[in-house]
Amino acid sequence: MDKPMVKPFAITLDPGSSLANHTGSWRTVRPVYVHRLPPCNNGCPAGEDIQGWLFHAESGDYEKAWHVLTENNPFPAIVGRVCYHPCESACNRGQIDEPVSIHAVERFLGDEAIKRQWAFPRPAQRSGKRVLIVGAGPSGLSAAYHLARLGHEVEIHEAGPMAGGMLRFGIPKYRLPRDILDAEVARILDMGVRLHLNRKVDNALAAKQEGGFDAVFLAIGAHIAKRAYIPAGAAARVLDAVSVLHDMEAGERPLLGRRVVVYGGGNSAIDVARTARRLGADEAIIVYRRTRDAMPAHPSEVHEAEDEGVLFRWLSTITQADEGALTIEKMALDEAGKPQPTGEFETLEADSLVLALGQDVDLGLLDKIQGIEIEGGVVKVGENMMTGCAGIFAGGDMVPSERTVTVGIGHGKKAARHIHAWLNGELYQKPPTPPIATLDRINRWYYSDAPKTVQPELDAERRLDGFEEVVHGLNADNALFEARRCLSCGNCFECDNCYGVCPDNAIKKLGPGQGFEIDYDFCKGCGLCAAECPCGAIDMVPEDI
Amino acid sequence: MSHQDIKFYQTGTFTVGNRLLDPEQRSVQSTLERTNALNSGHRACPGCGEALGARYAMDAAMAATDGQIVVANATGCLEVFSTPYPETAWQVPWVHSLFGNAAAVGAGLAAAMRVKGKSDVRVIAQGGDGSTADIGFGPLSGMFERNDDVLFICYDNQGYMNTGVQRSSATPPAARTATTPAVGPHPGHQRGMGKFVPEIAMAHHIPYVATATVADLRDIEAKVTAAMSLRGARYIHILVPCPLGWGSASHDTVRLARMARESGLFPVFEARDGEVTDSLKIRHQVPVEAFLKPQKRFAHLFGKQRDEEAIAYLQARADRNIRKYHLLEA
Ligand SMILES: Cc1cc2nc3c(=O)[nH]c(=O)nc-3n(C[C@H](O)[C@H](O)[C@H](O)COP(=O)(O)OP(=O)(O)OC[C@H]3O[C@@H](n4cnc5c(N)ncnc54)[C@H](O)[C@@H]3O)c2cc1C
Ligand SMILES: Cc1ncc(C[n+]2csc(CCOP(=O)(O)OP(=O)(O)O)c2C)c(N)n1
Ligand code: SF4
Ligand code: SF4
Ligand SMILES: [Mg+2]
Repeated sequence: MDKPMVKPFAITLDPGSSLANHTGSWRTVRPVYVHRLPPCNNGCPAGEDIQGWLFHAESGDYEKAWHVLTENNPFPAIVGRVCYHPCESACNRGQIDEPVSIHAVERFLGDEAIKRQWAFPRPAQRSGKRVLIVGAGPSGLSAAYHLARLGHEVEIHEAGPMAGGMLRFGIPKYRLPRDILDAEVARILDMGVRLHLNRKVDNALAAKQEGGFDAVFLAIGAHIAKRAYIPAGAAARVLDAVSVLHDMEAGERPLLGRRVVVYGGGNSAIDVARTARRLGADEAIIVYRRTRDAMPAHPSEVHEAEDEGVLFRWLSTITQADEGALTIEKMALDEAGKPQPTGEFETLEADSLVLALGQDVDLGLLDKIQGIEIEGGVVKVGENMMTGCAGIFAGGDMVPSERTVTVGIGHGKKAARHIHAWLNGELYQKPPTPPIATLDRINRWYYSDAPKTVQPELDAERRLDGFEEVVHGLNADNALFEARRCLSCGNCFECDNCYGVCPDNAIKKLGPGQGFEIDYDFCKGCGLCAAECPCGAIDMVPEDI
Repeated sequence: MSHQDIKFYQTGTFTVGNRLLDPEQRSVQSTLERTNALNSGHRACPGCGEALGARYAMDAAMAATDGQIVVANATGCLEVFSTPYPETAWQVPWVHSLFGNAAAVGAGLAAAMRVKGKSDVRVIAQGGDGSTADIGFGPLSGMFERNDDVLFICYDNQGYMNTGVQRSSATPPAARTATTPAVGPHPGHQRGMGKFVPEIAMAHHIPYVATATVADLRDIEAKVTAAMSLRGARYIHILVPCPLGWGSASHDTVRLARMARESGLFPVFEARDGEVTDSLKIRHQVPVEAFLKPQKRFAHLFGKQRDEEAIAYLQARADRNIRKYHLLEA
């Protein structure tokens, strides 16, 4: 046995721990962990949780990333190719160097899923409710997917011979290979969604009643080509973009000739001109009445077209079409910036003229249905995507909105949520949106400098040989690099900074995936954690004192 | 190179941790197992850089030695806020004697360990800039000169903070303190005074001298680990902003340390056997103003009339450091 310890006089206490001293009582502001809405997520028309799926891609867990992504959008391989990615225009990193190439990583995940045959979970419960979807374009398929996930029985009636809508009969193969489209559609059908092809719906209400459906979602797109009045000689060859592209897909090579003129400034005009070049036209000229800046076509596509030798005539209208030649009138911008005729004419040789002036909706299936309201050629819907006729919902190109694939997908998701609530006699309550994670909340110092990975492209000379895909995907290495450029705006990514910089050890680390917790017994409220959090995931909130 | 930055993986090694790095590449501070040598409940001001720096350094030393550390602490904030008898925030054997004798007490502890044959028990002596550069300077020089087996860590907050912010010989020119008021032709601390102890330590040709700031955790950990791998007299000088004495916001402590380094005002380097062997490069250079302006002790430089001359004088000091220690990537 040791001798009993002899303590010197006046030192009678063992040292106590400072833990007895709760310095949390000093605090006037408290740190709290928050989730802010990343600007990318806010910009995505399909409402993807981009930051959320990039988080998993960053650690190389692509399967988890794909599952998180597809909670909102079942088509990553498709939209990774054709979406105009408004998310990237909103990305905070764009103000630092260049935006994260979200679409490229998304496409990589989509392609991985196809390669590795990842599947969607089958719905756990069946609701017993039946929903009819009219049109198997992106919007209808998206609604089908979300309704199936929610346990409803879904049947799609599609007028055409194949699913995809404009994804198949509009967007050319060199931008969206058909095996990709087929694979992502098949995955939805595998969930038990039934698709009836060549089944045109003539009256929406009758179809609902005859089929005994509890609700209907209409997504018939806009397929009737707009015409402009152009006096044309009997032998003039005048076609429209929608049917040219449709014929391409139906296996009939449209006869366009060696000199093709396309009239219009949208993406269809570009697609037709690029298709004409691939069909062997020596010249493909796009005639547009406004300037380049005013063109609705996406700049990246204009660039790609130029690379392939497509020519442009800005500020020009077509006034007469004859065999082998067109009459063009030059335009000039007035003070208000509007194009006005100048009275100056010239002749442009052309074997064919393709009109790409936009499309109207074929509204025949809504004739005489009570309550339906049409305005400007499109169907009015409420906040809940329901038309004026109870139980009939609509979305995509046929309702007033921007006409893009991802907007259509977003409508499908939104409509599915409202249909689900409506079938249960409830109202869908959108969860409150947190404030945006703005760049000023980012502590930029912590991020490595890393400019974006460029997706390789097919050589311009090789593109014209056929319909091979022009833009290539990322590989696993550069997809990982690209994902890791994400700043994780407004959402903790477990960098341990708060845990480290607290001078009071007042932050508890809960382990991977669990985040952190503040120990308010000791936190003095200095705010170092919030200031040094790279991504702005901590707010300092005044205490009520 | 004392530590190799990993430049990518989102934040690489710039953050405290990073879930994307291999476990062996992670910092001591990011682990659940860190000792928290200076524990919660201490009475340092909110946002105290000294408390933060001390935990960073001591946890790294504990990790490097399997926890076999004894510490001698000089009088000053670090001692007063950590150990108001009978409470202590230290979770490491720790002794306090006087304001000026930490180096001597450390040397004595090292001798005792040698006599007891406990070569695995390592000694650290530590204190503020006042105890290091001023009152404890004689004992410190003696410890260096005898090459005692002690690591001395100076937590430099550029003044006598514990007794109410008086100047020390580490107070920078133009800074206002209780004893250097912002009056006269050159308001604040006089020019041409003071000393930079790391360079004096190097003049003793001891095995290891390094500087660091609380803005670069990885660098502190690498330097403490390097120091613990050596025997003999070693010296680490850590810049630790003091919200009270500098008149800065409590949440700006780490940012100010970063600005001190990124401006060149505080050079971060490493020296072995009296020779500079490495320096931490500036990543995004900033003018000295970025460091000075957020601090009330320099407010007189940015009044109605900016004191351009004084700002230029301080900028010239930063530029000299940049040249001397090669702080910009070639
Ligand atoms: C040439 C071209 C290129 C484009 N490129 C892009 C692009 O790169 N990126 C982008 O985001 N957007 C692009 N768009 C727009 C995009 O394709 C559409 O916004 C999108 O396809 C609309 O989806 P939707 O589901 O509403 O309609 P659609 O895709 O048009 O699908 C509607 C479906 O309904 C079917 N249908 C119609 N009527 C009936 C009926 N009565 N009964 C049963 N079925 C019916 C149709 O056959 C079709 O399958 C392009 C459009 C065109 C024309
Ligand atoms: C011999 C002696 N003189 C004066 C003091 C009063 N005193 C205690 S701490 C201190 C200043 C400490 O300054 P520094 O070493 O820089 O540490 P800081 O508090 O700034 O961290 C002084 C002057 C003392 N304790 N002993
Ligand atoms: S950096 Fe990441 S989270 Fe932030 S906006 Fe860009 S993609 Fe979204
Ligand atoms: S750093 Fe620590 S003490 Fe400061 S506010 Fe954050 S938790 Fe509280
Ligand atoms: Mg001091």
